[in-house]
Amino acid sequence: MPDTAASLPEPVGETRGTRRLGLLGRLRHVEPVALVWLMLLLALLFLVVAPLAKLFAVSFETQGTGEFTLSNYVAAYGRARYVDALVNSLTLGLASATLSVALAVPMAWAVSRTDMPGKGLTWGVVMGAFVMPPYLGAVGWMLLAGPNSGAVNRFWRWATGAEGPLFNIFSFEGLALVIALHSFPLVFIFVKAALDLISSEMEDAANILGAGTWTTMRKVSLPLVWPAILGAFVVVFLETIALFGTPALIGIPARINVVTTQLWQFFEYPVRVEVAAAYAMPLLLITVGMIVAQKLFLARKGFVSQTGKGGERRPIKLGPWRWLLFTWCALVGLLSVVMPLGILVQASFAKAWGRGISLDNFTLRNYQHLIFEHEMALTSIWNTVWFSASAATMAVLIALLVAYIVQRRLVPFGDALGFLAMAPFVIPGIVMAIGFYAAYASPPVALYGTAAIIIFAFTARFLPIAYANSAAAVRTVHPEMEEAARILGSGRLHAIAHVTAPLLKRALLGGWLIVFIVATRELSAAIFLVGPRTRTMSVLLYDLSEAGNFEVLAAFGGLLLLITLVLVGIGMKLVGRDFMLRRT
Amino acid sequence: MSRLSLRGLTKAYSKMVVVDHIDLTLNEGEFVSLLGPSGCGKTTTLRMIAGFVEPTDGTVEMGGKVISTPGSVLPPERRQMSMIFQSYAIWPNMTVAENVGFGLKLRNLPAAEVQRRVAEILEVVQMGHLHGRYPAELSGGQQQRVALARAIVVKPAVLLLDEPLSNLDANLREEMRFEIRRLHNEFRITTVYVTHDQAEAMATSDRIAVMHAGRIEQVDAPHLLYTKPKTRFVAGFIGRTNLLEAKLANGEIGFDGVAFQASQVDASLNGLSRPVLLSVRPQSIGLYRAQPASAAGRPVVPGIVTQRVFLGETWDYVVQPQSSCTKLRVTAPPLQVHEVGEAVWLEFDPHQMALVE
Ligand SMILES: Nc1ncnc2c1ncn2[C@@H]1O[C@H](COP(=O)(O)OP(=O)(O)O)[C@@H](O)[C@H]1O
Ligand SMILES: [Mg+2]
Repeated sequence: MPDTAASLPEPVGETRGTRRLGLLGRLRHVEPVALVWLMLLLALLFLVVAPLAKLFAVSFETQGTGEFTLSNYVAAYGRARYVDALVNSLTLGLASATLSVALAVPMAWAVSRTDMPGKGLTWGVVMGAFVMPPYLGAVGWMLLAGPNSGAVNRFWRWATGAEGPLFNIFSFEGLALVIALHSFPLVFIFVKAALDLISSEMEDAANILGAGTWTTMRKVSLPLVWPAILGAFVVVFLETIALFGTPALIGIPARINVVTTQLWQFFEYPVRVEVAAAYAMPLLLITVGMIVAQKLFLARKGFVSQTGKGGERRPIKLGPWRWLLFTWCALVGLLSVVMPLGILVQASFAKAWGRGISLDNFTLRNYQHLIFEHEMALTSIWNTVWFSASAATMAVLIALLVAYIVQRRLVPFGDALGFLAMAPFVIPGIVMAIGFYAAYASPPVALYGTAAIIIFAFTARFLPIAYANSAAAVRTVHPEMEEAARILGSGRLHAIAHVTAPLLKRALLGGWLIVFIVATRELSAAIFLVGPRTRTMSVLLYDLSEAGNFEVLAAFGGLLLLITLVLVGIGMKLVGRDFMLRRT
Repeated sequence: MSRLSLRGLTKAYSKMVVVDHIDLTLNEGEFVSLLGPSGCGKTTTLRMIAGFVEPTDGTVEMGGKVISTPGSVLPPERRQMSMIFQSYAIWPNMTVAENVGFGLKLRNLPAAEVQRRVAEILEVVQMGHLHGRYPAELSGGQQQRVALARAIVVKPAVLLLDEPLSNLDANLREEMRFEIRRLHNEFRITTVYVTHDQAEAMATSDRIAVMHAGRIEQVDAPHLLYTKPKTRFVAGFIGRTNLLEAKLANGEIGFDGVAFQASQVDASLNGLSRPVLLSVRPQSIGLYRAQPASAAGRPVVPGIVTQRVFLGETWDYVVQPQSSCTKLRVTAPPLQVHEVGEAVWLEFDPHQMALVE
């Protein structure tokens, strides 16, 4: 029955026993993968290497002439105000990270290990705080705890007759609290994942030796999750020092200068990108240094995280204490989600937000103004959607191809591609944006004010998320799945399209959505790169806050929130309830 | 006519040589197994034949044309081969019929023809009634049949199988062995079958290539591998054996007071005096209570039973010939019971021995 002798491909060797093939024979066997590899390398050079290299180079250049100089560094650190900003950033990072750990660890322990009631509600709180764009919480807290007209402070004065405010959000403590109220979900996710791996038997072993519940928790459970807590602490610290939105909204009115807001000031007219580049270096070095140090530290013996679930797990019975824990979770939920969103929604429907909830204060005017009259609102929404969609598509495509090439070991030095795709992970968004500005804003590339530069910056910024996601997905598809297609006559690209891609569809969709969602709220990378016609929602929200019309600002926040909720809802429906919380 | 030839085929990963100058030629329609312990390079060899792995040295030729050589490998999709993988690699997102029809569609056959041939082959592997199922709804054996159908339906020039039965349970494994041989008898596709299970190789193959540490030790029909192993490794790997150090002198072979004509073992044996290694199967040694009537050319020696194990189908005795400390494994039927320490007689049959390297 084999009838293929006649249809065999052309002879490859000229004669039997020819050992080496001619050049033509070789060319015929070149796989398209070599070409793809080259294109990916170029893309990664463009997206990751060139902006960073340019940032570095520009920090040593004289403005205009491009001559070598150290004067940018002198300018960047020559004033006490600039150095103070760096110190402020570090202090703020420590404060927010500490606060986040304090907020989240009891919650994680309660959900993972105890019989506390309302665990579903706690999950909801964490999820809510996590998906909420950070600056929305900031806007909410400006309305809640502004020193004079903040709702909390007005209530305080009314209730106690006191003169001063209960709490002024425009302060260092206020800034740290607002950031922590948004960052604590990261700690929760890390620590809960670690706690989930501890078996009840480990705790029983301590109980039987006479340790009570609290001693056991302190002496056994907590030490086992130290690496997770530390890891989460570092992540929150790094996120905080790279954060732009909240420090700009709260810090600038409070005259608290941090690195990111200082960088922003270097971009005010006249733009001093060389000084900004020099000033951004410590932020970059600290981030790279801490992530490398953390990797080394966690790799040390004794701190390897546990793998696999061992033994039986029973929730610890807390008795009446469980209500205390529940109160704690509820309080965090109130402060992080319910109160800021509540006041935001209230203000968005109010004629004057300070007058509280009443029928004669109700209006749709704010929304009406944004949707029908404001020249930028709808444009910015549309910009945000298509910038984010383009960036998510590009990031997932590049990440998928790189992950595939790396894991299938298709080319020598494939790992270098993987390294480049992960590299933006250690680059603060704001640093990346300045790199893009330095490299591509001015001629010869001249992308300033175009959609392209924002899309490219978003792509580069979120490439690591897409890459981690794609790499995990590709790992689940056995190479033999594809080989089975190839041996039946399908080329490599055909096999990827018809076998691998369909198997990866769901995972890739999840990755795409995550990148899309985080891109829709990205502020720090966008604010340096937007032009007059390319403003995104996040940038416009910041503009509105500077204009000081809080009702319109709140309404725009309401629109942002609505869009986020719709997107997250789609994601949960398509990919699963916890798709944004999965650790990748 | 030879369909597939491996000539000096070699693969090294950095410095480690995992396939070492393999020569093997398959005739049209022949079924050859690569048999060897895990890690000996079988999969690597098969993947070089398929075009997934580039050789470091040597060539793969098909129908007289070089298809693999260092620096130039015809991609798998252009080799007209089929392969069945250890993991089956049935695509979970396609139905049984879609899986099987995949290769036919790639050959641009009209839809009706694809459908007809898919239906036909599914009948052959007894899966016709399940054509609309998804793989997740099939048992391991059924998935295996789908993999077989998918590979055969395209009428490949060469069929490659990599331990296709290793994930099945024992009963199913036995059944599928015969199924694979039956399909081969029906379609006569030139086949390379990789396995570490000698029973599987024996049941399916025309010839078996025994591999050890990247080399082919011997290629022969299954019964010849058993009766005339050429190397120490083959003798020990295929069935069980006693390896005995003996002496060849003056056309006679001798060990432990046993002597016989060398020509009885191997007619072509030359007369040079030297030490030799003999493989003597436990089944080929007769075990008697009293001295048997000595037949011509069958040496007999007395011995003592030193150990015994009952294996159900046979007794497994260890017998030590008197006047030596060699220990011989001898098998006997269940009814033939000897106590440890009993004196017995051993009868050797030189025709069933083999000289190994
Ligand atoms: N891609 C590879 N890189 C390095 N070593 C490999 C690779 N593939 C196989 N090997 C090594 O080659 C040897 C033979 O492997 P394999 O051909 O899979 O053996 P078998 O199929 O006979 O069990 C093993 O020692 C294996 O570790
Ligand atoms: Mg193998």
